[in-house]
Amino acid sequence: MTKVILPELGQGIEKAVVSFWYFKEGEKVNEKDDLVELSTDKATFNLPSPCSGRLTQIIIHEGDNAEPGDLLGMIEEN
Amino acid sequence: MQFDIVDLSLIDYEKAWELQKNRFRQIKEHIMPSALFLCRHHPVITSGRNAKIESLLASREKLDASGIKIYEIERGGDLTYHGPGQLTAYPIFDLNCFKKDIHFFLRALEDIIISSLGANGIKAEAIPRLTGAWVDDKKIASIGITVKNWITLHGLSINIRKDDMQNFKLIKPCGLNIEMTCAEDILKKTIDIEAVKQKVISGFLRVFKK
Repeated sequence: MTKVILPELGQGIEKAVVSFWYFKEGEKVNEKDDLVELSTDKATFNLPSPCSGRLTQIIIHEGDNAEPGDLLGMIEEN
Repeated sequence: MQFDIVDLSLIDYEKAWELQKNRFRQIKEHIMPSALFLCRHHPVITSGRNAKIESLLASREKLDASGIKIYEIERGGDLTYHGPGQLTAYPIFDLNCFKKDIHFFLRALEDIIISSLGANGIKAEAIPRLTGAWVDDKKIASIGITVKNWITLHGLSINIRKDDMQNFKLIKPCGLNIEMTCAEDILKKTIDIEAVKQKVISGFLRVFKK
C-alpha cells in the first residue's frame, strides 16, 4: 500500500480543504495522474498520484480540512 | 528561471484560457519554457473553486443580455470580473525550477502588483489573509491561482481604467462585502495601461528571473 500524504505547500499555509477527488474508491490510477485537488483561499493545488495502482481508500473527503503531513488516501500498487 | 513574455493584447477569456492550458502541457512535457501572458479581456465573470451562489448578484438573464459569460474554472477564490480596463497577467511558471512554495508565490504576486502601482504613483498595500492589493480598504487588484505538478496557472488582475468598473456590481467580488477601486479613480486622470504593463513585466523579471 502507498500512502497519499499532503506535502508542505509553503510557509504559512497550515491547512487546505480537499476540494475534489479525481477518482472514486476502487478506480485505477496511473502515476502522476491528477489525484486530488486541495484549495486554500486563493489557490488550488493538485496532488498527483505517487504511483500506479488502485485507489483503495479515501480518508479525507471532499469539503474536509487537511494539514500538511495528513494521510489523504491509500493506493494499492500494481 | 527562464520564461517567455507573451503579450496577448485584448483577447477573449476562453482563448487565453486555452493558451494557458496549452503552455501548461508544453511545460509539463519539457517542450517549452515557462511563460508570462499579459492581456486584457472582453467583459467576463470567472468563478473559482470557492465560489458561492450568493456572490452572483445579477440575474443570468441580465448577464446574457449584456453578453457577459461566466466561466467556472479551477483556480482558487470566489467570483471575479475581468474587463478591458484591467491588466491581467498569467504566469505559467514551473516552480520545480524555482521555489515550491505557494505562499511565497502569492506574496510575490502581491509584491509585483504593489511595486507596479507604486511606480505609477499609487500607494497600494497587502492585507494579511486578504490576498490581493488594496488602497484605503478598497481592492485594486485580485489574485487567484492553480498549481498542478508545481506549475502555476491563472494569476493576477489590476483594475486600471474606470470605464467598466460598474460591472463589478454584477457580483460580490471574491465573495466579500468590499468596494473595488481602480487606478484612474485614485489618480483622477487617464492611465496608460501599457505603462503599468511594463512595470508588471519588470516586477516579474526582478522576482523570478534569477
